[in-house]
Amino acid sequence: MSILVFVEDWNGAYKKASFEAVAYAKSWATMNSNKVIAVTSVSAPAGELAGYGADHIIQIGLGSTAMGIAGQLKELSAEASGIVIAGTSLGRSLAPALSALTSGALSTNTISLPLSTSPLQLKRGAFSSKGIETIELDSTMPIVSFVPNSIGLEPVAGEGNLESREISSNDALEVLSTEVASGKVALPEAEAVVSAGRGLKGPENWGMIEELADVLGAATACSKPVSDIGWRPHSEHVGQTGIQVNPNLYIAIGISGAIQHLAGVSASKTIVVVNTDPEAPFFKAADYGIVGDAFEVVPKLVNALRAFKAAS
Amino acid sequence: MNILVCISHVPDTTAKINFTADGTALDPAGVQFVINPYDEFGLTKALHIKEAQGGTITVINVGPATTEPTLRKALAIGADKAVRIDAIPMDAITVAKELKNHISANSYDLIICGQESIDYNGQQVPAMLAALLEQPFANACVGLSLDNGTATATSEIDGGHATYKASLPMVIGGKKGLVEEKDLRIPNMRGIMSARTKPLEVAPATEGEGPTKPVSFEKPAGKAAVKMVDAENVDELVRLLHEEAKAI
Ligand SMILES: Cc1cc2nc3c(=O)[nH]c(=O)nc-3n(C[C@H](O)[C@H](O)[C@H](O)COP(=O)(O)OP(=O)(O)OC[C@H]3O[C@@H](n4cnc5c(N)ncnc54)[C@H](O)[C@@H]3O)c2cc1C
Ligand SMILES: Nc1ncnc2c1ncn2[C@@H]1O[C@H](COP(=O)(O)O)[C@@H](O)[C@H]1O
Repeated sequence: MSILVFVEDWNGAYKKASFEAVAYAKSWATMNSNKVIAVTSVSAPAGELAGYGADHIIQIGLGSTAMGIAGQLKELSAEASGIVIAGTSLGRSLAPALSALTSGALSTNTISLPLSTSPLQLKRGAFSSKGIETIELDSTMPIVSFVPNSIGLEPVAGEGNLESREISSNDALEVLSTEVASGKVALPEAEAVVSAGRGLKGPENWGMIEELADVLGAATACSKPVSDIGWRPHSEHVGQTGIQVNPNLYIAIGISGAIQHLAGVSASKTIVVVNTDPEAPFFKAADYGIVGDAFEVVPKLVNALRAFKAAS
Repeated sequence: MNILVCISHVPDTTAKINFTADGTALDPAGVQFVINPYDEFGLTKALHIKEAQGGTITVINVGPATTEPTLRKALAIGADKAVRIDAIPMDAITVAKELKNHISANSYDLIICGQESIDYNGQQVPAMLAALLEQPFANACVGLSLDNGTATATSEIDGGHATYKASLPMVIGGKKGLVEEKDLRIPNMRGIMSARTKPLEVAPATEGEGPTKPVSFEKPAGKAAVKMVDAENVDELVRLLHEEAKAI
């Protein structure tokens, strides 16, 4: 049997989290000498997906909504013994819908590869990163939805063969329109995030935050009050009641580090805090800290990073 | 308009989380439980709809008797009646099936869930429920308007928004934006008094065990002590990020 992996696209190209999904499926499949079947809408040669471990690639016109795609994957799952879906915004609706349709046991918010395959055990984040749960999934058709950026990419040497199929997609939900900001790094997938809080004093001061994000190729984020007052869009609000992120690098500027903020960002691998107040609670959760005024430190940091990038 | 609001009962956002000595469950000692923050937006949205076009709001929880104060609070905020399905559910599919059984036996025009419970962070129940009911589903819903049995829903998607149209009944996974935070209703004295006499029905569980089980819980490894860098020496921070953290 095989591990089926859903490959999400973004404007006709593979999403970065999709490569991670294929690599995840490969690691899982290898534990039981299984093959990886990747399902994608993108019509491209096999190479790129094969490079992360896809043995077989099914190109299919996928629906545009979670329920539509869930129905299609259900049909394809007849050939599989497990399913991998990246925890993107689409994936977070798709995985549970598919699990209800297939009666497959589901782990969402997964942050590890399988610890063992019989029984299948995994680690997942719980209590807003204040806890880690080890969960066991029944073996019928386990579905793993993992947090993007939590596994890492392992390129492999592989060929991969292509096949195209047609399965119709049905959903009573009609998509009227979608609006997506182009060119910006999407927060949940970002490898680096520059985040700022009320310490920035006003929306007009975000230029230097965006510059810093730009040098790092990072996404921008903010604390909850900042989006509540309307200084930044709601879609940038991170924390327990906002988006949860786990980038390699999280830089927090002028954010106090309230427990609800930390709950959404503490899984970040490296945390840098810039704050005028040496007693700010965020320093306790940080790897590196600078006590200083954001208006002085951030421009200097932008220059230092530019010099570093130019030299390397 | 017959609206069902699904409520999960979760530790307060400021709660310190501890696990039992054997690591198999949350230790509830000292933890205050509240209405899941995402569900507060759904409940207030239901009240707005009822005020605009009339109807009945039922709140439901699948859980043991200890969740009743949370349901009473929802009644005090303005729901008309409450239902508790008496179960200690171990996974989302079990909750979704219990909810489905209740919904199939009653008829609702709109089912509002929260995007996520902040306890186990599953983000599972609403999509499962929609799939089981074969109803349209809008997740991460930040805007909803209803017109003559047709819903227009705006959802957050990665990097932007999508707008959907569907015929009712449908399932919503809602969040802040469904209503604004400043509009969230809190119980007032009259609400608290009237909640005492509003119906809270307890129904027996109908589903057995689900396909997943928690094995153990642990706390994440603590961070090593923070390294402070002088504000005048940001080059040192860049060096540490590159050489030590390998983050750039
Ligand atoms: C139910 C609930 C849910 C919540 N969910 C979230 C959530 O998901 N995400 C979230 O972020 N919050 C959340 N909160 C709010 C949280 O409790 C805090 O109020 C919030 O995170 C504080 O935001 P802040 O750090 O930007 O502002 P403040 O607490 O005002 O902190 C500003 C910081 O900036 C520093 N500062 C000031 N001037 C400068 C300067 N010139 N340079 C550098 N530093 C400076 C100050 O020392 C201070 O530490 C929630 C609260 C509740 C009750
Ligand atoms: N035990 C429960 N009883 C009623 N509704 C629930 C329960 N658990 C989850 N929900 C609903 O499903 C949403 C998402 O929860 P979850 O899938 O647990 O993250 C919540 O915001 C609730 O609306």
